[in-house]
Amino acid sequence: MEAAFASIIAAATPLVFAAVGETITERSGVVNLGVEGSLMLSAMTGFAVAVTTGSTLLGFVAAALVSMAAAGVVAFAGVRLGVSQIAVGFVLTILAIDLSDYLGAPFVGLAGPGVPSLSIPVLSEIPVLGPVLFSQNIVVYASYLLIVGAVLFLYSTRSGLALRGVGERPEAAFARGVHVTRSRILATIAGGALVGVAGAAFSLDVKLGWREGLTANFGWIALAIVIFGGWNPMRAAFGAYLFGVLQVVALRLQPVLPGLSQVLPLLPFPLMILTLVLINRPWLRRLTERNPALRFLVAGPAPSALGRPFHPD
Amino acid sequence: MSRVVRLALPVVAALAVGAVLLALSGVSPSEAVGLVWEGAFGSAAKVSDTLMSWVPLVLAASGLVVTFTAGLWNIGVEGQIVAGAIAATWVARSLPGPGWVVVPAALLAALAGGVAWALLAGLLRTRGGVNEIFGGLGLDFVAAGLAVYLILGPWQRQGVASTSGTDVFRVQAWLPTLPNLRLSPLAIGIALAGLIGVGLLLRGTRPGLRLRAVGGNPASALVLGIPTERYLLGAFALCGALAGLAGAVQATGFHHKLVPAVSGGYGFLGILVVLLAGFRTVWIGPLALVFVAVAAGGTQLQLRLNVDSSLSGVVLGVGVLVALLLGARGAKEAPPLVEEP
Repeated sequence: MEAAFASIIAAATPLVFAAVGETITERSGVVNLGVEGSLMLSAMTGFAVAVTTGSTLLGFVAAALVSMAAAGVVAFAGVRLGVSQIAVGFVLTILAIDLSDYLGAPFVGLAGPGVPSLSIPVLSEIPVLGPVLFSQNIVVYASYLLIVGAVLFLYSTRSGLALRGVGERPEAAFARGVHVTRSRILATIAGGALVGVAGAAFSLDVKLGWREGLTANFGWIALAIVIFGGWNPMRAAFGAYLFGVLQVVALRLQPVLPGLSQVLPLLPFPLMILTLVLINRPWLRRLTERNPALRFLVAGPAPSALGRPFHPD
Repeated sequence: MSRVVRLALPVVAALAVGAVLLALSGVSPSEAVGLVWEGAFGSAAKVSDTLMSWVPLVLAASGLVVTFTAGLWNIGVEGQIVAGAIAATWVARSLPGPGWVVVPAALLAALAGGVAWALLAGLLRTRGGVNEIFGGLGLDFVAAGLAVYLILGPWQRQGVASTSGTDVFRVQAWLPTLPNLRLSPLAIGIALAGLIGVGLLLRGTRPGLRLRAVGGNPASALVLGIPTERYLLGAFALCGALAGLAGAVQATGFHHKLVPAVSGGYGFLGILVVLLAGFRTVWIGPLALVFVAVAAGGTQLQLRLNVDSSLSGVVLGVGVLVALLLGARGAKEAPPLVEEP
């Protein structure tokens, strides 16, 4: 049982990075629809660099840089040039997937380095929790820090408050002296870096190696989880772990019910639609307004200015 | 920036990236150009294959022009193609009788399937308040999941279930083709009818004009007395119908069975075509031909020079991206995620 829970945490870790990263981006009012492509390109880059140099660390760094560059294109085009964010992100996804297939072809099937496991002394000896949470590897531990850090940043720091303001009411934030364009570009690139780490976490840890379509659909799933998580990093991480449960269950069902186990990993999408329907129901909103204690059960609404361009003049 | 530069730069950038990537793989770009041409148009069989992939792309792109005009991002188009293919497969598998009964019935079923799937996204948007990008994306995967479930479950191949698809349909359920070629004049006719129909609708008719008003500014359109919801749902339905037909062509004219990737990615590729063409339907036919020719050329490069066929997608993607950054018409006309207040 402990082993199963440990494998769920491990399987969900790349999605935690991607979903928390995209949550930060979307909190600033930018949708990066290029996540699916960035994830693939960074998984390929991370693996290729790690195989060539023999260093997993360099693999992670290269993956993050590539994904930051892709996010930079979305940010520059969408925020500075005012081109549709949706259009640029979408085209970038299609381009990046084909580019990773092309450039990654020589690396298909190669054996490469992986992230070594590392039990944390003392903590890993806690009954139940120890083996599940603290007998993993450094990437998994980093994801815990990321979740806590993202929550603290968004809800307890001045810059986090400013960032949320930029995503909700850019005009008001601008009037208060916040540099809207710069915050959005930074948030998009920071989110891109985390998506890059997620990509490398796939090819250097969870799914060791590179082949075409290694991370297929995981970027779209991350986007769905951001919505399911109500644009809150903690809930997004929870969504990623729920998806980890689905993946592990699907894997176990594979020999018994092949049809179902192929379909099960698609469950986040109907759940995303359901979440979107629910957050728009007036009765649900009234219920949470009357009983603030229930609020944690209900996903929050999208940032009001999500996808809306802002012109400072 | 001059018009010439805006049109030429994307092409130059795409070709330059293609040449660099080819050089990295040790292939001479000039040799590759010849092979691309040969792969797309080198023989009657090649031309007919290229045209048969032109059909679903044109159908998807024509439908997408309608939803774009209505101010909608119909990302759900892939799912609508799959829904059409599933419906066509259902008829092809279960309806007995000669070809002149089964083929039209399969086409009609596909049309209905595409409409139903599109209306689902439409109602989620108009009644559920779910943005069509995320609703459509979700429904894409639900449709894909349904196809996989059917292929591995109720419609599995005789013997052992496999993700390679269902059993091949009986020949009466195949789209009729020219002798010895895979070219189906019926499919070409459907694509042309869809393209021209959409062009005429948007250009010279009252509903077309009103649709444009809804897309431009839904609030003022409503004030002017245009039933906005009906127009939005109508746009979804029309796009779904054309996408469903694309699915039928894929299933009954190309694969002759239902496969998991039955959409062939033509829905998403159609979005790229429309982003370049904007609302100008006249450009869709030629642009779609360039797209499928490059894709066919990519396959040829893989066969002959062992260059990964994804190169064609990279070249097209770079071209579209550069065009977007330079302010391609479609990029300006692309609807925003939320309306500006």
